[in-house]
Amino acid sequence: MATYHKSNMLTDTPLSFCPGCTHGIAHKLIAEVLQELGQQGNVIGVAPVGCSVFAYKFFNCDMQEAAHGRAPAVATGIKRVHPDKVVFSYQGDGDLASIGLAEIMHAGLRGENITVVFINNAIYGMTGGQMAPTSLIGQKTTTSPFGRTVERQGNPIRMCEMLASQDGPAYLERVMLTDYANVLKAKRAIKKAFEYQIAGKGFSMVECLSTCPTNWHMTPVQACQHIKDNMTKIYPLGVFKDVGGAK
Amino acid sequence: MAKKLFKGNEALGEAAVLGGCRFFFGYPITPQTELSEYLSWRLYDVGGTFIQSESEVSAINMVYGAAGAGARALTSSSSPGISLKQEGISYIACAELPCVIVNMMRSGPGLGGIMPSQADYSQATKGGGHGDYRMLVYGPSTIQEAVDIMYNAFDKAEQYRIPVMILGDGMLGQLMEPVEFPPLKQMPDPSTKEWATTGTHYGKDRRIVNSLYIVASENEAVNIKLQAKYDLLRKNEVMCEEYMCEDADIIITAYGTVARICKSAVKALREKGIKTGLIRPITLFPFPTEVFHKYANSDKTKKFVTIELSTGQYNEDVLLSVMGKKPVEFYCRMGGSVMTVEEIVNKVKEVY
Repeated sequence: MATYHKSNMLTDTPLSFCPGCTHGIAHKLIAEVLQELGQQGNVIGVAPVGCSVFAYKFFNCDMQEAAHGRAPAVATGIKRVHPDKVVFSYQGDGDLASIGLAEIMHAGLRGENITVVFINNAIYGMTGGQMAPTSLIGQKTTTSPFGRTVERQGNPIRMCEMLASQDGPAYLERVMLTDYANVLKAKRAIKKAFEYQIAGKGFSMVECLSTCPTNWHMTPVQACQHIKDNMTKIYPLGVFKDVGGAK
Repeated sequence: MAKKLFKGNEALGEAAVLGGCRFFFGYPITPQTELSEYLSWRLYDVGGTFIQSESEVSAINMVYGAAGAGARALTSSSSPGISLKQEGISYIACAELPCVIVNMMRSGPGLGGIMPSQADYSQATKGGGHGDYRMLVYGPSTIQEAVDIMYNAFDKAEQYRIPVMILGDGMLGQLMEPVEFPPLKQMPDPSTKEWATTGTHYGKDRRIVNSLYIVASENEAVNIKLQAKYDLLRKNEVMCEEYMCEDADIIITAYGTVARICKSAVKALREKGIKTGLIRPITLFPFPTEVFHKYANSDKTKKFVTIELSTGQYNEDVLLSVMGKKPVEFYCRMGGSVMTVEEIVNKVKEVY
């Protein structure tokens, strides 16, 4: 008896992520949700710049690779051409919350009927561990070697809260990819986000607190504990916007 | 068909719709804003989509998304806004997506001014963004010519899978002229494009719009493919007007609205007995090198005189095409000032 199948929304290309990184879990959840929703052959994804730049190799659907931060604009262009297709962007914190801040905010304000999966691991992974807009106060990175301070580097940015303060977004939730129970919660959130898009309710985003053991200089287990102990204090989990049945 | 009196920017908007464009993404900037104002209502007549984006950066990336999804998408801006679009244009060029970009040039550098200029010539014709790429660049000199070029621009963009730029200036965008419009074309169905991300593909059939090639040999292969395409443009797409050049001792060369002033100067000079002609490139890339070769190698031609609203950007291509075989004189104005017919006549008389 088969107990587990890889989702048909993932290709056979081996993932390029470091051991212990939770990008792979996020990829798997998106793929499983799209399969469960019967969307194979009905999806266009947008890959970002950053660790997940190769997302176009991993998702088994039509994909466009966007310039750094511009995935919501690219997704907007795609969705307006193909309003009947499921369109999603997959973006990290540097991509979405720093260089692409205008694009994500205005996609939300327009209520673009797309789904964004936002990976917040509080660091620039691909370039080797620089400070991200979401890096915690006190966090040591290669560009905040003494630890991030408000005086020197300013404050971390809360995307769900910022988007939730505006009209336009239909569904916003923050989850963490740290353990089985929370991964299941994350999957439910991602599923709901896509269901809202399919129902035409507008912009949905799921922020996933994710690990970067390599650049945090932690073991995978320590990294998951770091999310629970420290990241959730600045980035509390929960639903920040849910228009429910209303359009 | 009866001619209609149209402002340049609005005529370009109408010609885009007639040429099958159904998606516009743009951000306001003088002196091209009327183009987006026009399309903000006109596109809805034909079931199209108009988005005023949050920035020029976003606009060009919406074009990238829509073009990648198989649609005919247009963006329009003026010099500082076009600078902001350059990263996106580079991605579009590498991903081999068709689209049309209008640049109604204003003077620079920096915020500059809103008066006519040709100071974005090098940016437009040598690529503009990072990396080795070119666009098919047109420099129309009348509104009718701009309309005719725009009407076919999407066909050209799709034929070669390249970004097409229509390079004008505030004069072309703002003046009004009688213009005849061609009949309405429909946008081809995105599903007819064998490379477009229409969402229906998976497995080995799935489509990827991308410009990332980490392996050097793969990236070199992409560059070789792009260059082969630009060679095809050089071979097949050159457009150039030769005006009274046959018996000319002096050949003036200019493009765009400046060439109109030069035409008046040619007539005025001929009345004074100075046999003058005009070479007016209509495509700026590909450049009409062979036309210059022809006259540079002719015993009849004594001199060339380049006239432009920039400090020799256009003249560099003229010099490369004349190859030192004849003297090339030069006259320009900058920063939004435009030369008069008299200034050009005086320059030619001075070097004659």
